[in-house]
Amino acid sequence: MTTPPPQPAPQAYAPQSAPNWQGAPGTSYTSPIPVTRTHLGHALASEWTKIKSVRSTVWTLGIFLFLVLGGGLLVSAQTEDLNYRDLPFTFPAFIGLLLGQICLITLGVLVTSSEYGTGMIRTTFTASPQRYRVFAAKILVFFTVSFIVSAGSILLVGLLTASMHSGPGVGDLSWGGTVFKGALYVSLLGVLGLAVGSMLRHSAGAITAMLGLVLLPSILPVFLVISRSTQKLGEKMQEYNAINSLAKIFGADGGSSGGSQVWLLVGVTAAAVAGAFVLLERRDV
Amino acid sequence: MIEAVGLTKRYGAKTAVYNLSFQVRPGTVTGFLGPNGSGKSTTMRMILGLDQPTTGQVTIGGYPYRKLSNAPRQVGALLDAKAVHGGRHARNHLLCLAQLSGIPARRVDEVLGVVGLQDVAKKRSKGFSLGMGQRLGIAAALLGDPQVLLFDEPVNGLDPEGILWVRNLMKQLASEGRTVFVSSHLMSEMALTAEHLIVIGRGQLLADMSVRDFISHNSADFARVRTPATEPQQREKLTAALTEAGGQVLPEQDGALRVMGLPLPRISDLAHGADVRLWELSPHQASLEEAYMRMTQGAVDYRSTADQRAGLQQQLPPGVMPQQQFPAPGQGQPDWYAPPPPQPQGAQPYAPPQPAPGGPNPYAAPPQQPPTAPAAPAAPAPADLNKPEDPR
Repeated sequence: MTTPPPQPAPQAYAPQSAPNWQGAPGTSYTSPIPVTRTHLGHALASEWTKIKSVRSTVWTLGIFLFLVLGGGLLVSAQTEDLNYRDLPFTFPAFIGLLLGQICLITLGVLVTSSEYGTGMIRTTFTASPQRYRVFAAKILVFFTVSFIVSAGSILLVGLLTASMHSGPGVGDLSWGGTVFKGALYVSLLGVLGLAVGSMLRHSAGAITAMLGLVLLPSILPVFLVISRSTQKLGEKMQEYNAINSLAKIFGADGGSSGGSQVWLLVGVTAAAVAGAFVLLERRDV
Repeated sequence: MIEAVGLTKRYGAKTAVYNLSFQVRPGTVTGFLGPNGSGKSTTMRMILGLDQPTTGQVTIGGYPYRKLSNAPRQVGALLDAKAVHGGRHARNHLLCLAQLSGIPARRVDEVLGVVGLQDVAKKRSKGFSLGMGQRLGIAAALLGDPQVLLFDEPVNGLDPEGILWVRNLMKQLASEGRTVFVSSHLMSEMALTAEHLIVIGRGQLLADMSVRDFISHNSADFARVRTPATEPQQREKLTAALTEAGGQVLPEQDGALRVMGLPLPRISDLAHGADVRLWELSPHQASLEEAYMRMTQGAVDYRSTADQRAGLQQQLPPGVMPQQQFPAPGQGQPDWYAPPPPQPQGAQPYAPPQPAPGGPNPYAAPPQQPPTAPAAPAAPAPADLNKPEDPR
């Protein structure tokens, strides 16, 4: 990452380069409008405009909300009051999130890879040669949007479930943490998708890679535990795969609250984002 | 002011741009010419910091592009008209670019008006025609009121009105003291727009000079001489006389002669002396296009060949010679341009390649010729004339 060298004002370019221009017809043009120094705020505003002005955002988030809220209400209606003695009220959202996380992954991937697919990335990086700034803004905007949407929908499911179920000992479990952790987990998966999309630069490839990353660790352990040599690996995969992690966060596993699973995802996402930053600065667009 | 020094870009084994050094000065429109695949777009991308040069560097106003603190306010670029997210409105596309460099939203509406897209500002750019896409790209370039402008093939897909508009826009931008760098392969367009030319072929600099110099350096002005078609011996007589006097004589396809190196009055005198009547004696000044073709003919990577439609014909049993079909002269191929006159300075890096002795033109010598076939179908002129060697 390089920061621009300190330049008092771009107008200062003219006198500096003036000797080279001698003999050229006409004099160099300087815009009468003052030039502002760009910063992350500009990139955030730009990315916010971008993410809200494409239909894929509306579609993926719409389906996400439909799955989480619809699925949540369905599960909530099918469960009994007594279930919530040892389950948090947000548990119904877990079922919707299992499918809904794919929507957030897709959106995360598309935030970067759609620019590569359309060639927009050249326009973007021409408008802001500080590539790291654009990428950081993408991550921040996407994470904020997906966290608010997912936390809001989990919270809504929790509130609706709480209003539908009551009784002695029901709802004694505090469920505020599950809203935060659940939303954090699926949003981080989306950010991971964004980083993978930036590295692979191909929408379909990146979405497939992310689906593999989410689904394979929940399928492979079945085969891995057969052999003694891979049994340990299989058990770890079983414990930390995305589906099981969400189950733990929403208390479906009993006991564990999924803290270590969230931390693992934080680590993996940070590594992918770091890799994406390095590649972004090095590669040709 | 754009300055490239020793710019080289390799993609694996392929060298796209090699040791390119040039300056683009403010106040004029500088044309950037070269055949397809000659490295124009690669050079543009390196100027804009999208591609990292393998060696060498390119600066804008003294700074590498990626070190500019607010690039769109200093450099505006149109690289690819279709480099937009098709699902976004034209206005939102420009707005997100404007926000990146702190340009207010009302400027977006302003440039939409400048390029004439205000009526489709809320239409998704997926449905735009190529010409509308070009206008959108030009709007993006103008957004920051920059002092340096780069356009890669800006008139592609524009209607005649749009071409005229782009031409005037560029001249106007240059007259305001901006640096305008335009790549194109439309020579006629460059002849009208650009004052200075940078020509590359196979990634190397072929020329860096004003349009006028370029034409005079790379085109031999010639005289077209036509002798009575009824008397071919007069033509040979005149050819001999002109050659003897130091002129260079080339036959043309329709039987006329192209004479270089002799002024018109002298040709007339020689014809009179040789007792040859003339039906035509006319001066010809080469166009920019011709000068360009002559310069780059050795540097063209992609050449068309005549379509023989052999793949569609029925396979003949082995041993049977198929009926030879010869392409019409010049079919699928541009005319070959005579080499430029000897130049005082600098060697021509791309002399037209001489045909290898072992590998002649595949059409020139078919293995078994029907007796009626012409000796060299690519050369319609009688074979006794000093026909230039086929460059292919």
